[in-house]
Amino acid sequence: MTAIDSALQPAHDTAHGHHAKPSGITRWLFATNHKDIGSLYLWFAFSMFIFGGVLALCIRAELFRPGLQFWQPELFNQFTTLHGLIMVFGAIMPAFTGLANWMLPLMIGAPDMAFARMNNWSFWLLPPAALLLLISFAVPGGAAAAGWTLYAPLSTQMGMGMDLTIFAIHIMGVSSIMGSINIIVTILNLRAPGMTMMKMPMFAWASLITAYLIIAVMPVLAGVVTMVLTDRHFGTHFFNAAGGGDPVLYQHIFWFFGHPEVYIMALPAFGIVSHIIPTFSRKPLFGYTSMVYATSSIAILSFMVWAHHMFTTGMPATAQLFFMYATMLIAVPTGVKVFNWIGTMWQGSMSFETPMLFAIGFICLFTVGGLSGVTLSIAAIDIQLQDTYYVVAHFHYVLVAGALFSLFAAVYYWFPKMTGRMYSEFWGKFHFWWSLLWFNVTFFPMHFLGLAGMPRRIPDYNMQFTDFNTMASVGAFCFGLGQLIFFANMLHSLRHGRPAAAKPWEGADTLEWQIATPAPYHSFVEAPDLEVGENGRIDAMHGGKHH
Amino acid sequence: MHNETSHHYFVPDPSRWPIIGAVALFALGLGASFTVNGIAAGKFGLLLGVLILLWMLFGWFGDVIRESLSGRYQRREDASFRWGMSWFIFSEVMFFAAFFGALFYVRTISVPELGNEQHQLLYPGFAASWPLATGPGISATYQAMGPWGLPAVNTLILLSSGATLTWAHWGLLSGLRWRLVFGLGLTVVLGALFLGLQIYEYAHAMNELGLSLASGAYGMTFFMLTGFHGLHVLLGAIMLAVVWLRVLRGHFNAEHHFAFEAAAWYWHFVDVVWLILFVFVYWL
Repeated sequence: MTAIDSALQPAHDTAHGHHAKPSGITRWLFATNHKDIGSLYLWFAFSMFIFGGVLALCIRAELFRPGLQFWQPELFNQFTTLHGLIMVFGAIMPAFTGLANWMLPLMIGAPDMAFARMNNWSFWLLPPAALLLLISFAVPGGAAAAGWTLYAPLSTQMGMGMDLTIFAIHIMGVSSIMGSINIIVTILNLRAPGMTMMKMPMFAWASLITAYLIIAVMPVLAGVVTMVLTDRHFGTHFFNAAGGGDPVLYQHIFWFFGHPEVYIMALPAFGIVSHIIPTFSRKPLFGYTSMVYATSSIAILSFMVWAHHMFTTGMPATAQLFFMYATMLIAVPTGVKVFNWIGTMWQGSMSFETPMLFAIGFICLFTVGGLSGVTLSIAAIDIQLQDTYYVVAHFHYVLVAGALFSLFAAVYYWFPKMTGRMYSEFWGKFHFWWSLLWFNVTFFPMHFLGLAGMPRRIPDYNMQFTDFNTMASVGAFCFGLGQLIFFANMLHSLRHGRPAAAKPWEGADTLEWQIATPAPYHSFVEAPDLEVGENGRIDAMHGGKHH
Repeated sequence: MHNETSHHYFVPDPSRWPIIGAVALFALGLGASFTVNGIAAGKFGLLLGVLILLWMLFGWFGDVIRESLSGRYQRREDASFRWGMSWFIFSEVMFFAAFFGALFYVRTISVPELGNEQHQLLYPGFAASWPLATGPGISATYQAMGPWGLPAVNTLILLSSGATLTWAHWGLLSGLRWRLVFGLGLTVVLGALFLGLQIYEYAHAMNELGLSLASGAYGMTFFMLTGFHGLHVLLGAIMLAVVWLRVLRGHFNAEHHFAFEAAAWYWHFVDVVWLILFVFVYWL
C-alpha cells in the first residue's frame, strides 16, 4: 500500500521523487514507469492481435469453400468489422505506442515520458474500450457490421452494437491523442544535451511525425462518429439526403482521418527498419537527412489524398485526377526510403539474425503492397478494383507484411534490452520463414481473386473463386499457428533465455545499447552529455545516472 | 515548500487516479450506449461515470497542485506543460474542423446538388436554399437565427472577456493583485453571462423559431456547432473559475503561473472558434 500512500502525498517523499521498484498488482495498475507502461501496451497489443486473429480465422474458415458453412452473413459482417477495428486500434497502434514508450526515453536520454501519469491513463483507457467492443457481440443485433470504415447509411441504421463501437472509438481516440502528446513533448523537450533533432534516431523522428498525424486526425474521427451518433438518435441528417445531408459526406470526413491513419501504421515501421537495417549491415543509415524529409513529406501528402478511397462514389473528373496524381506522388518519398534501405545494405557486412530477416522481409513485401497501391491509385483501374479482394491483398501487404513484420523485427531486436535475455534464434528464424511463406500463400492469391472480380466483405462466393480461397484459408490457419511459435519463444526466453550482453548486436550504435542490460528500472535519471552522429549514433557519452 | 536544486526532471510516483479515470470513462461509455437505446439502467451508468470522473479530477489535479506548490515543477517541466497544452488545443481545433467541414460541405455541395434537375425526380419541389426549408426529412417549418440580435451581443461579451482576461494577466505580471482578482473574476462572470444568453437563445430558437437538431441541414449544423462550442465555453469557464479560486489562495506569482496561462490559452481558442462560428453559422 506504500504506492497508494505516496501517490496521495506526493509532496512528502524524497527530493528525487524516485522509489524502489514497486511490486504486486499496483505496479501495473498505478504505473508511471515508461518501461512498465510500454510492457503493458505490448502485452495488450499482443492479446488484441490474438483476438483479431481469431476473428480473421473465423472469416477464412467461412471462405474455405463456397456456400454458407459456419456463420450467418450478419455475423460474418460483424467478424470483418471487428477484425479491422481491433487490429487497427487494438493491435497495431498500441504496439507502436508501446515500443515508443519503451524505447524513446532510452534512445534520446530522457528520464521517462514527459507526462508519466497521463501515460498510465493513455494505456488504461484501452482495455475498457476493448471491453465495450467485446460486449457489443452480446447485445441485441450484435456487434457493428458496417465494416471497419463504418460507412453511413449502414452505420446509421444498426443496433446498439454500433453505439458501443462509437463510444469505444471515442475512448480509444482520447487514449491515442494523450499518448501522442506524450510522445511529442518527450521528443521535443526531454532530449539529452547533444541529441539534436537532425541527429536523433529515425525511430524518434517516425514516432514524432506519427504522433502529429494522430493528434491531427483522431479528433476528426471522433467528430464523424459523433455525427453518426446524432444521426442515429438525435434526429440530425448529416448523412441523410432527406434533410440536406449526404452519405458521401461521411466518406469524406472518415477518409480525411483514414488516409493519414494508414501512415500512422506505416511510419513507425519505417523508423524501426531504419535502425535494424544499419545495425545488421554494420553501416550507417544511407541518406539520413533525406529519410527525415521523406517521412515529413509522406505526412504532409497524406492529408491531400483521402478521396482516392472514393473514386467510385462520385466526384468531378478534375477531383479524381487531382487525388490520383497526389496519391502517386507519395510513391516518391516512399521510394526514397526503400532506395536508402537498399543503399544501406549495399556493400555492408551483413548478417541475418531474426530482426534483420523480418526487416528485409518488410522491405520486399511492403514494396509489393506499395506497388499495388500505385496500381489502385489510378482512377480508371480503381473503378474496376474498388471493394474487391485486390484491395484486401494490397492493404494486408502493407499492414501485415509491413506494420506487423516491423513489429516482430522490433520485438526481436529490443527483446534483449527489455528482458536481459536472448530469444531463441532458431525459433525466431523459423517464425520468420514460416510467417513469410504462409503470409504469401494467404494474401498473394487475393490479388488474382480481386482482379477476377471477387468482392470483399461477403460470406459466400461464386464457384470459380474456390481454389484461391481454399489456398488463402489454408495459408491463414498456418500463419496463425506460426504466431504461437512466436508466443512460446517469447514466453520461454523471458525466463530461460541465455543472459544477454549490454550490446548483443555488433553493429548497434544508438543510445539504448550504451546502458546495462536489462535496462535499469529508472534510466537516465540524470541526463548524459552526448556526442551524437546521424541516426542517433553515439560517439561519446559522459555522465548519466540510472537506478 | 522546498526548493529542488538538482536538475532531475520530475517523474511522478505511481498514482491511482488514471485507472480510476479509465473506470469512469468505461461507465460513461456503457451508460451512454444504454441511454441512447432507451435502457433505463444507462442513466445509472452515466451518473456513476460522472461521479467517478469528478472524484478523479479533484484527486488528480489536487496532486498536481500540491506538486506545483512544493516547487517540483521547474523550467523543464514548465516547457512540457506548455507543449502539452498547445497540442491539446490543436486536437480541439481539428475536432471543430470536422464539424465546420460538414457545414461547408452541406452548404456548397450536398444542398445545391439536391436541388439540381436530376434530383427533381427524386424530391419534387425541393428548393436548394440556405437556410434549407424543404426536404422529406424536415417535418416542421422553422425560421433561421439572425446574427444581429443576441448573437452579436454574445460576440461582444466573449471578445470583452478575452480583453478582461489579458488585463488580469497583466495585473498578475506586474504584481497588481486587485486587478488580477477583479479582471479574472469579471472574465468568469462574462463567460457565465455568455452561457446564460446562449441558453436563452436556444429556448428562443426551439420555442419561437421552431428550430431543432431535426430541422435538416441548417438546424443540425447550427446546434452541433454552437452546442459543442458552448460545452467548450463551459469547460473554459470552469477552468478559469478554478484558477480564480487558486488566485485567492495565492497560488501564483509573476514567474510561476502556468495554470493561469493554460486556461487563458484555452479561453482565447474558444473565442476564436466563436468568431468563425459567428461568421459562418449566424451571419453568412
